[in-house]
Amino acid sequence: MGADVKPLRTAAEAALIARFQAAANSLPGDSATGRRRTEAFDRFEKTGLPTRRIEEFHYTDLRALLRDAPEPAARPDAAVAATVLAHNAAFPAPLAIPSLDFVNGYLVSQPPAIAGVDIVALDAALAAGDALTGRIGALELAQDNPMLALNTAFMAEGAIVRVSKEAGDAGLQLRFANAADAPFSSAPRVLVIVDDGASLDLIETHAGASGLAYQVNAVVEIIAGDGARVNHTRINAEGDAAQAVSTLSVSLGADVRFSSFGLTTGPAMSRHQIFLGCAGEGADITIGGATMLRGRQFADTTLTLDHAVPNCNSRELFKTVLDDESTGVFQGKIIVRQHAQKTDGRMMSAALLLAENATMNNKPELEIFADDVQCAHGATCGQLDDDLLFYLMARGLPRKQAEALMVEAFLGEPLEFVAREDVRDNLVALVEGWLAARG
Amino acid sequence: MLEIRNLVVDIDDKRILNGLNLTVNKGEVAAIMGPNGSGKSTLSYVISGKEDYTVVDGEILLDGENILELDPAERAALGVFLAFQYPLEIPGVGTMTFLKAVMNAQRKARGEAELTTPDLMRRVREAAEELSINQEMLKRPLNFGFSGGEKKRMEILQMALLEPKLCILDETDSGLDIDALKIVADGVNALRSPDRSFLVITHYQRLLDYIVPDTVHVMANGRIVRTGGKELALELEANGYADYRQQAAE
Repeated sequence: MGADVKPLRTAAEAALIARFQAAANSLPGDSATGRRRTEAFDRFEKTGLPTRRIEEFHYTDLRALLRDAPEPAARPDAAVAATVLAHNAAFPAPLAIPSLDFVNGYLVSQPPAIAGVDIVALDAALAAGDALTGRIGALELAQDNPMLALNTAFMAEGAIVRVSKEAGDAGLQLRFANAADAPFSSAPRVLVIVDDGASLDLIETHAGASGLAYQVNAVVEIIAGDGARVNHTRINAEGDAAQAVSTLSVSLGADVRFSSFGLTTGPAMSRHQIFLGCAGEGADITIGGATMLRGRQFADTTLTLDHAVPNCNSRELFKTVLDDESTGVFQGKIIVRQHAQKTDGRMMSAALLLAENATMNNKPELEIFADDVQCAHGATCGQLDDDLLFYLMARGLPRKQAEALMVEAFLGEPLEFVAREDVRDNLVALVEGWLAARG
Repeated sequence: MLEIRNLVVDIDDKRILNGLNLTVNKGEVAAIMGPNGSGKSTLSYVISGKEDYTVVDGEILLDGENILELDPAERAALGVFLAFQYPLEIPGVGTMTFLKAVMNAQRKARGEAELTTPDLMRRVREAAEELSINQEMLKRPLNFGFSGGEKKRMEILQMALLEPKLCILDETDSGLDIDALKIVADGVNALRSPDRSFLVITHYQRLLDYIVPDTVHVMANGRIVRTGGKELALELEANGYADYRQQAAE
């Protein structure tokens, strides 16, 4: 293995390299930002699109999956953007929460006026040398991730949101909608800073046109200050031919209450990576997920949670329902550093296989270097319980309806992580819609 | 109402029911008693349509129609109800949601209009009160974290709401203390009617002090070996099942 061996580039990698070389000078930001881009691209270039050889991508060979790297879409005009948003809503019932809207990766809405919340477009902030841009990509834990690095290299569209304590219980939606005549790629990036003692409900939805092979590499970063409260909900209802890579990077201060719940159901291929680092003691963390797959869908959720300081609690619960020939991946790694005593971490991944040819790969890991901790992980993979099915049918529920009720019951637990009733009702409607489509 | 003719049933090539014959008339409360392993629970499952069993021979007629080809949901819609010995927990599904789903599923199968939510709520509330089931229990996921007695009461609540023709009670007395047993028995007795039949499966005579049967059948080795009136239960209580084990083995 010589260091001088040059890896063969795929068409997608070659296109990305050429695009970076061509665009590097026109991307927004000062020379320091330019250097960050170059460093980030170098990191990406070192590995290229990750393959199975990288442990974190063992089940998800992005080099094989992302065969080409389509050009970004043109910036949509207002009328087109409005149409795309109207036809690609992730939620059945709209929420009465202000939103930032993105179409094909472009920020298309004026930032909503919310008292105590400052929102600036990312490209403008980079071009103006806004001090907050220095906080982008701050989480060390995520530094080496090639897909995050790729997003950093090209970052332009997106926003920086800062929530101050004066905002009270603030709410914000990030709505991403995708539709175009031809395949395209997009790489939006949003940084959300929640100040000390501030509170935010952040609802992130992704939806897109079916039959369109677009690629997304989206990043949301959350930095929560001491005593902050953040409830994050993420819906991936991308189009059925979409390939969606996403990264959630979270840095928590002391005594933060943080919860994140993700529902994945739409795209042909998805990889959602969560990096969470505790920088202050006393954080309370809940991370949940529900994934519903059918056909030949593939969905990977990969979580890395770093307990770097003492006295933090974390609960992780992920449920995956797989029908037909779909494939699910859950990788969860909890790291407990040597001085992170009194950590309490519990992680569970459960899969329900509805068909013989569905596949689930579960890989929970604990890396514990402290000695006074409580940590547990578990992974299960099962089918519908015949006895319960009989019980429900004996009460008069036809088989499909009984199965649907059992799937709903299976997914119900992580859905409880979502505190807002209007959001949870939408999630339940999405689950019911998925089950109804099962026929 | 229910007529079982020469029923032969295997599970994993092991014979459980061996030419069983049984008739339960309209409005009759029939008790099935027998030692452990005599096939009592199997009988309840086979009437309800559980899949694990192989029906080798025989017929089960409900109002003259052979129901063996029907799945459990279709049988339920025809009026078969099984109160389980061990009711199952359904975390994540609220009891009211469940009740609404099952009541409307049966109504739909029978071509009846679905119940409106207020109508459903009123029916559930009234029936729940009779069984000392409080509103708090109705808000919880079905049977989730319920005590043994609460689960059995919830079975009887479902029975009351679904208004079946044939109620099968599988060891409903198991795990109940005397107070819980009385509540459950009162609930069952309130449902007795000239149009409704009961098959009360029990190992002990105790339940039959509270749900007084019209007929008592003794089951051993997969068939009915003796039939009598309610006094037969008392005789069994006094003498045990030893005679019947022997008789069936001969």
